[in-house]
Amino acid sequence: MIICIASGKGGTGKTTVATNLAVSLGDPVQLLDCDVEQPNAHLFLKPEITYTEKVTTPVPEVDLDKCDYCGKCGEICQFSAITVIADYVLTFPELCHSCKGCMMVCPHEAISEKPRELGVLEKGTSDSVEFVHGRLRISEAMSPPLIERVKEQIDSGKTAIIDAPPGTSCPVISTMKDSDFVLLVTEPTPFGLNDLKLAVGAVRILGMPMGIVINRCDAGDDCVTRYAAAEGIPVMMEIPDDRKIAEAYSRGVMMVDAFPDMKEKFQNLYGKIRQSVE
Amino acid sequence: MKEITIISGKGGTGKTSLVASFAALAENKVLADCDVDAADLHLILDPEVEASDDFKGGRVAQIDPDRCTECGECVERCQFNAVSDDFVIDKIDCEGCGVCVYFCPADAIDFPRRVCGKWYISRTRFGPMVHAALGIAEENSGLLVSLVRNKAKELAKEQGRDMILVDGPPGIGCPVIASVTGTDVVLIVTEPTLSGLHDLGRIGELTDHFKIPTLACINKFDLNQEVSQQIADHCQKHGITLLGNVPYSKSVTHAMVAGKSIVEYAQDDTSDAIRTLWGQLKEYCEA
Repeated sequence: MIICIASGKGGTGKTTVATNLAVSLGDPVQLLDCDVEQPNAHLFLKPEITYTEKVTTPVPEVDLDKCDYCGKCGEICQFSAITVIADYVLTFPELCHSCKGCMMVCPHEAISEKPRELGVLEKGTSDSVEFVHGRLRISEAMSPPLIERVKEQIDSGKTAIIDAPPGTSCPVISTMKDSDFVLLVTEPTPFGLNDLKLAVGAVRILGMPMGIVINRCDAGDDCVTRYAAAEGIPVMMEIPDDRKIAEAYSRGVMMVDAFPDMKEKFQNLYGKIRQSVE
Repeated sequence: MKEITIISGKGGTGKTSLVASFAALAENKVLADCDVDAADLHLILDPEVEASDDFKGGRVAQIDPDRCTECGECVERCQFNAVSDDFVIDKIDCEGCGVCVYFCPADAIDFPRRVCGKWYISRTRFGPMVHAALGIAEENSGLLVSLVRNKAKELAKEQGRDMILVDGPPGIGCPVIASVTGTDVVLIVTEPTLSGLHDLGRIGELTDHFKIPTLACINKFDLNQEVSQQIADHCQKHGITLLGNVPYSKSVTHAMVAGKSIVEYAQDDTSDAIRTLWGQLKEYCEA
């Protein structure tokens, strides 16, 4: 089973829920941090990293000896990543989407692949949790291929918990896709509700069952509870607004370690998710 | 004209709440919300839309079943597994590269531009605002960010305004790069947590990569004084000017629920700290 923890709004507690759920559920489990721009799960799980891999994407390299400057590569490219100017071919690897159109269309086989580094994939373990995350290279704009690579590590024999990036655009969709269940972590404020609605819209486009966790549940108003009821989305867990929880989080301490009572709550949450998927 | 971009690396550190307060305090500026895939600034500024238009991003391939001969050329060529076995292109998977369109022997694939969102120019109680809404699950957020920034610049020139205040997105990827490149100064809003410190490190590397003058402030600095000190040390080591600190206060959430900026809503240490912070930011920009 693949459970994706997402949110719309940043800083609502995705990583807290993902990591604490992972260590609580008892079954063989993987934690995959797909927030490759700002991965944080490792700060809490403190895994021992045992495997590192550079993740790359293919971009064009032009052999000018073979090129006759026909310009077909520039015509097919939708991303302005390759263009012929008089007797030179300019490439902009950072704009390339790796569709290989230029390579396919070149009549002289003058274009070959060279790798552009997107970031790294790291794997390790933290007690019973198998840990995987990606780290996007600084100044790299394109995260979805790295996210895909992280998701390729999913072991169908285990429960996979995915920590998603915030927002609702391509990196989030790449992360959520193919999950069995999406858990949306939000907070009971106008910002939390607004971004929750966007996230619910994204999950509905993909068509998966979902549930809501309300973090800092007593901090704002009852707007999220009312919305969830009206939309028929179950609220599966509420976490109180407690300065002690925030302080433990600030030090990188797991919630279930600082507040052992919480473990049962995360186990209950897991039970509800399983029920919902079945 | 100065463009000030407020970002955070980590989400939820209080960027938008701070920008709303700066909006209340700044004179003669244009506001721009560049967090286009989860925009929230409008919830406080309550904009009255004066102009809007569709944002057309990239294209999307669509197979016409009447013309399709099911030869399979598109399935083989697509690098994104977007074409199903029964020759339907998944809109979400389609990258808009046009390879299938080019190579289809039956010329059976249409390639229309897709409307990916909307952008707006609005009036608010604190002045004009440019904002946008990326369609859910749409791409090209970077392009939409650039469009919002360009519209804000045009508007500032037209109306003779000397400042653009930009509310940026979280992360370090495409929309963030589009938000910070070429801006005059970046203010990073961080928080004293290990995640905040870690993410400050990465966003700081990004602004350093693009050689953008970078300032920082610690929101809720009193939550963990030890990590706040680590953040201060990090800033000093990496050439980031730490402008100031804002103490934790419940009034931040209460102001949000009331649809107000903190400086409008509360008279407390937090709103005082934000006023001081704004004064320092303004001074920095005028120097």
